[in-house]
Amino acid sequence: MSAVTQVVNLLAAILLLIAFAMLAQRRLLRLIHLFALQGGVLSLNTFVVAAALSQPHLYFSAVLTFVLKVLVLPWILMRLIERLDLKRDVETLINIPTITLIGIVLVIVAFNLALPISQLAGTITRGTLGIAMASVLISFLMMITRRKAVAQVIGFLAMENGLFFAATSATYGMPMVVELGIALDVLVGTFIFGIFFFHIRETFDSLDIHHLEKLKDRQ
Amino acid sequence: MTEVLLVLGLPLIGAVLLAASGDRPWAAEANTAVALSTLLAAVALTARVITLGPLVTMGELFFVDAFNVFLVTLTAFVGFTTAVFSRIYMRVEQDRGKLSPKRLRLYHGMYQLFMFTMLLALLTNNVGILWVAMEAATLATVLLVSLYRTPASIEAAWKYFILCGVGIAQALFGTILLYLAAERVLGSGGSALLWTHLNDVKGQLEPTVLAIAFVFLLVGYGTKVGLVPLHNWLPDAHAEGPTPISAVLSGLLLNVALYAVVRNKVLVDAALGTHAAGTLMMGFGLLSVIVAALFLSRQKDIKRLFAYSSIEHMGIATFAFGMGGAVASFAGLLHMTAHSLTKSAIFFAVGHAAQKTGTQIIDDIRGLIHVSPAVGWGLMIGGIAILGIPPFGVFASEFLILTTAMKDHPWATPILLLGLALAFASIFSRLQAMVLGESTAERLPHPPALFPVFVHLLIVLLLGLWIPPYLANWYRQAAAMIG
Amino acid sequence: MIWFDLVSQLLQSLLAILLAPLLLGWINQCRAWLQNRSAPSLLQPYRMLRKLLEKDAVIAHNASWLFRLTPYVVFASMVLAASIVPIVATDLPFSPAADVIALVGLFAVARVFMALAAMDIGTAFGSLGSRREMLIAALAEPALLIVFFTPALIAQSTALTTIVEQLAHRQLHLYPSMAFAAVAFVMVLLAENARIPVDNPSTHLELTMVHEALILEYSARHLALMDWAHALKLMVYLTLGIALFLPWGVAQPGHWLALPLAVVAVFIKLALLGAGLAVLEAVSAKMRIFRVPEFLGIAFLLAVLGMLIHFLVEA
Repeated sequence: MSAVTQVVNLLAAILLLIAFAMLAQRRLLRLIHLFALQGGVLSLNTFVVAAALSQPHLYFSAVLTFVLKVLVLPWILMRLIERLDLKRDVETLINIPTITLIGIVLVIVAFNLALPISQLAGTITRGTLGIAMASVLISFLMMITRRKAVAQVIGFLAMENGLFFAATSATYGMPMVVELGIALDVLVGTFIFGIFFFHIRETFDSLDIHHLEKLKDRQ
Repeated sequence: MTEVLLVLGLPLIGAVLLAASGDRPWAAEANTAVALSTLLAAVALTARVITLGPLVTMGELFFVDAFNVFLVTLTAFVGFTTAVFSRIYMRVEQDRGKLSPKRLRLYHGMYQLFMFTMLLALLTNNVGILWVAMEAATLATVLLVSLYRTPASIEAAWKYFILCGVGIAQALFGTILLYLAAERVLGSGGSALLWTHLNDVKGQLEPTVLAIAFVFLLVGYGTKVGLVPLHNWLPDAHAEGPTPISAVLSGLLLNVALYAVVRNKVLVDAALGTHAAGTLMMGFGLLSVIVAALFLSRQKDIKRLFAYSSIEHMGIATFAFGMGGAVASFAGLLHMTAHSLTKSAIFFAVGHAAQKTGTQIIDDIRGLIHVSPAVGWGLMIGGIAILGIPPFGVFASEFLILTTAMKDHPWATPILLLGLALAFASIFSRLQAMVLGESTAERLPHPPALFPVFVHLLIVLLLGLWIPPYLANWYRQAAAMIG
Repeated sequence: MIWFDLVSQLLQSLLAILLAPLLLGWINQCRAWLQNRSAPSLLQPYRMLRKLLEKDAVIAHNASWLFRLTPYVVFASMVLAASIVPIVATDLPFSPAADVIALVGLFAVARVFMALAAMDIGTAFGSLGSRREMLIAALAEPALLIVFFTPALIAQSTALTTIVEQLAHRQLHLYPSMAFAAVAFVMVLLAENARIPVDNPSTHLELTMVHEALILEYSARHLALMDWAHALKLMVYLTLGIALFLPWGVAQPGHWLALPLAVVAVFIKLALLGAGLAVLEAVSAKMRIFRVPEFLGIAFLLAVLGMLIHFLVEA
């Protein structure tokens, strides 16, 4: 295995570790830090591949990822939780060992799913497609098992991170115009989430999701 | 090329303008004016396509062929009529104190932005930009669903956001896989995502990758179509948002999402060579029909009732496209058109009915014909139209779908018939009670906007009796392309 | 070469037995430096052992043969474990028995005897210690096994000597799976050897002791053997970590001259690891007992992740 593949594998392994760390993390502030770290590892990965293959559009993609996911989004989230007074928020999670066990099962599922696809990809980073899918599934698990709205949103953004990593590992990234569009969507989406949190807090006086589960067919 | 730019540019400029000045007294009229100009641009584009055939323009960024040209006009048209309706509706809501000026600005700005994203999704040639536009459409409407800031509407908007967001992330993964398969044939660089290029090489795309990609795409875009079991956001979003938004969600968003699914299905069918994609769509379609029909009978809220009806009709259309073949695809396209017009008409009538009686609960809406014959008749005729009673357009499409099903997939016919019958029973009985009987409705301070309702219903009637030749031509061409 | 084998085996076993208390002393010294106090001399553990050996053993009336036998069984299994981990050389007479799973089994034997002996007399603290020890063990043992599986998969064998040879004499290669396994191994080490943050080795508060509760009833030579076995267990774990994750410098079969070099290498590595352990203990606070399953669950998770990553990315 070439040196580049080894480095990319190492970064992918770290990414998976961060996904599990986010799954089991109770404190909101640390969640945001982990999310920023995930973005940093992603952009580093893109940068390494760009340097190894001398593809200019990948450099640009790496810079875009860094600016958006390490600087802008975590900053927005931090300001949000400061204004919502959630800085020291600690969430009681349902039974961490069970959740992490389910996470491991999801990782195995993702690896099996990715195997036929990664064999067909023509990139040097195709071995990491399974890890990308695994981190998508783990972020999805994180969204389902959380009770606070902000944590659900961070899970959603982490899922986008995983998808971005899948795109980078299987296809060296989508065309620039599409990547810019996706970045714009993510940014606008985060803004709208932020506005939404204020609305939720205004109406329910809390950001606990249980308040948002009352609509049923018989009204 | 100018037509395309106009069709896209006008809503965008309108969005910016209205975001700044949407609370002025003339904002609603400005909204309608922008929608009208978009409609005129769309008609110009359509005229051009009639005379010159399909066109690829602006460096292959945009593509107009038989499949999306009538959808573009339909979108612009429904956008215009909904703007006309929303003018009066929102005025009443404002008078009743449910909306502040800031929210009106948000409403008008986002409305035009939503139109822009819909038209972008329809006109773009790039499958990636299609995804971006679909996601942007969700973002544009999520704050509109929670416009009234009631606990129920916030919950509905949250569900909408999260479910559609997760769903569309699946669609992104499907698009990535599609790009992976396309890169191997078309090389890296932007052209691997252009639908025209993909259409040319669709037979050479890798079957396994496309099969997995289609599953993700169907699940992802299918969430936005409202296919069961991914439909949970739909009834809530329709019931809790303002009625014009329910109208455009049902009439436009569901259509464009189905359009996205079918565009990708064309590629997958050629790559796989088997009928797997179609079978999957048929399965989801039938499931949606049955589940929606079963849930219909339990509804107590009028908007939720018609939301489930939307799910059912989208299920029928998905089933039709899943069956494939010239007749079924033709019927599916006709169904998309007819349903969009009819459902938005119904929502117009329902909106005013709810305003008159002050409630959305079916049991409390009574005797509409006595107070406002226009609203009462509008609701009655609209309800009859959506139930598939001849000679309206919905009957024609459902008839074609049923006959094709009986011929090719007889096992599906009882399920379809059961679903349709259940829906008929639920809606018709409720309609009768709502329209006739002792009334509790009051007059509205402004005369209700009923011109849109009857125009829509007239067009649907027309479609049932006689389809204009160029429209029939487009349906046939599109059906041939869909396969 | 049978001479070489016998000498190196003897050397290794004696080295382990004699150096284990020194290792403990070194770790205490490092901890004292970090906590800005003066530590007892490095040879203090030896003095403690001598003191204990000279005393008379006091045994409860109702103690059975199990109670008397346990210290010898525990000490013997630890010596055996120390003998089969390749510290200085990889080709030893005992090496056919040097299997990672057998090693885990040896630890289990020692643990079972200790737990049963603690319950033998029937005091409350003994049962308390046994329950807690078995709780920790039930979670730590699977994690340890899976930690071992990752290098075993890389070397395609569960024999320790094969693993060490493969890992020591390969080109430098980044194994992310080994990184995960190493972190999991450290966590299991802390749990099994009763170090902070899982258990405080110097506590005598009833509510917080785990390992101490198991050896509470022992005195004199029995206690000496148990303490020595505890130090040996830590040494075995550390050398196991060195053998799996930092295996460079191990003498290959048949090289006489490489032996002294290997011994020096082991010294340096143990010193560094001991200091690292002290640092880890100084910065952590002891966890409450009900958090220990979570801690070990994370260790298990990391170990499994390492194995999975090996399958996907390195296979």
